[in-house]
Amino acid sequence: MLIRKPTDIASSEITSESIYQQRRRFLGQSTALIAGAGLGLHAPLSSAGLQADDEITPERIVTQYNNFYEFGTDKSDPYANAGALTTDPWTVAVSGEAKKTGEFAFEDIVKGLTPEERIYRFRCVEAWSMVVPWMGIPLKDILQQFEPTGDAKYVVFKTLYRPEEMVGQRSFFSSIDWPYVEGLRMDEAYHPLSIMAVGLYGKELPNQNGAPWRLMVPWKYGFKSIKSIVSIHFSKRQPINTWQALAAHEYGFYANVNPAVDHPRWSQASERRLPSSIFDPNRRPTLPFNGYAEEVAELYRGMDLRKFY
Amino acid sequence: MKWASLPTARGRKTILWIVLSMPLLWLAVLVIQELRLPNSGLGPEPTEALLHYLGEWSLISLLLAFSVSPLRRRLNWAWLGQQRRLIGLFAFAYVCLHVLVYAGLYAQFQLAELLDDFVHRPYITAGIGAFVALSLMALTSTRGWRRRLKDNWRRLHRLIYVASFLAIVHLLWLRKDPGVGEAIYLLIFVVLVVERMFSLWQRRPSI
Repeated sequence: MLIRKPTDIASSEITSESIYQQRRRFLGQSTALIAGAGLGLHAPLSSAGLQADDEITPERIVTQYNNFYEFGTDKSDPYANAGALTTDPWTVAVSGEAKKTGEFAFEDIVKGLTPEERIYRFRCVEAWSMVVPWMGIPLKDILQQFEPTGDAKYVVFKTLYRPEEMVGQRSFFSSIDWPYVEGLRMDEAYHPLSIMAVGLYGKELPNQNGAPWRLMVPWKYGFKSIKSIVSIHFSKRQPINTWQALAAHEYGFYANVNPAVDHPRWSQASERRLPSSIFDPNRRPTLPFNGYAEEVAELYRGMDLRKFY
Repeated sequence: MKWASLPTARGRKTILWIVLSMPLLWLAVLVIQELRLPNSGLGPEPTEALLHYLGEWSLISLLLAFSVSPLRRRLNWAWLGQQRRLIGLFAFAYVCLHVLVYAGLYAQFQLAELLDDFVHRPYITAGIGAFVALSLMALTSTRGWRRRLKDNWRRLHRLIYVASFLAIVHLLWLRKDPGVGEAIYLLIFVVLVVERMFSLWQRRPSI
């Protein structure tokens, strides 16, 4: 069975790698757990939304073909430049409409929480897509630790701003106003499919994929899934996310994958599944909510998705 | 540099041929690599990589053709003027390959989709505009056409302004967040246009 494959990879990789750091142990334990579970039944969430012909994208491509403008605008730049990033120690500032706010060490936030394997379809707004075996913690479990109040309607995340380690932030020509900002409505954030990914292919999350942790919301375009997060803010108001600030007619707040609403510069009706070959871009139709309509369409009932794109 | 010491016009032409073919030779190496082992030479999205590679060299060779007059004027490189057609035709060849890869490999000759792109994607409309302008110039680049069109030939070949400008617009509109590469191309284009205006001003009839 196709879906089980990465779990096998994960278990073998982990036994050899889980020895050194605390963070690695944290991952290792959980992966062993998942690997055990893999022998029996999968939790339905681990493969929700996967289609029969979905094949997991090779690790080399998942980790070497990225959009992470903090490290450059070419898709090969993050792999080349993200090595400069220090992810230990990693502090996260929590603020806004919550009872527990302040500065927290990343380790303390994830302590006691078990990452689960989630094989998600990943659809970039540029119309390419992958299938990625993440290791992640349900976002709800993380956010609830801070006891958000009833006034918290949105959660806003920020990426690290550290130009001395992030070469793209030093770019004179970029029109992005760093740091990168993204946000979700609280009900989106609490949806069981929303996770904070801490690993990939059963290993610690590589820097170029957003170490030490990044958001992963599989029914939205990839740019929503903000990387290397250092700030969590509970807000009353809907935030203006980075790409919306840059070109509001092209990128909205919701950014739900929707084949019926084209990006002004390219069609969203189909996608190019990676890897492709030279004579075949491996196109396939794009599905509403990236194939997760059954799970998430309810969140947007009654909303005009052409208006709230 | 003593360019005059280069043997003959023929020799210079050969050198220019080799230089302008280099990107294509390198591409051939990448494609062969790619055919032997998928995703090795051109990466995870070979069609996309091929498209961008050809697009980039289209623009570079186009800007090179656009630089011929200023270089000839400022550096007294009369020989370069004689090779302008060669450079222009090379630019046209790169653009043809670029368009062919886009229509054939990328869009798989899906006519409805191509038409939709022409109409609804401004960056593609701009790209098509540049392609049409270049095609007109390439078609009329022969001696026969030059003779037949007389003065109109010079006017027609001012389409190089349109083609270069649209090619840069095509690139700028395509990028989500233009970077240093785009800025350099734009700067070169602006410098070349300013040089022409300056040279016109220098040659103005004195009253």
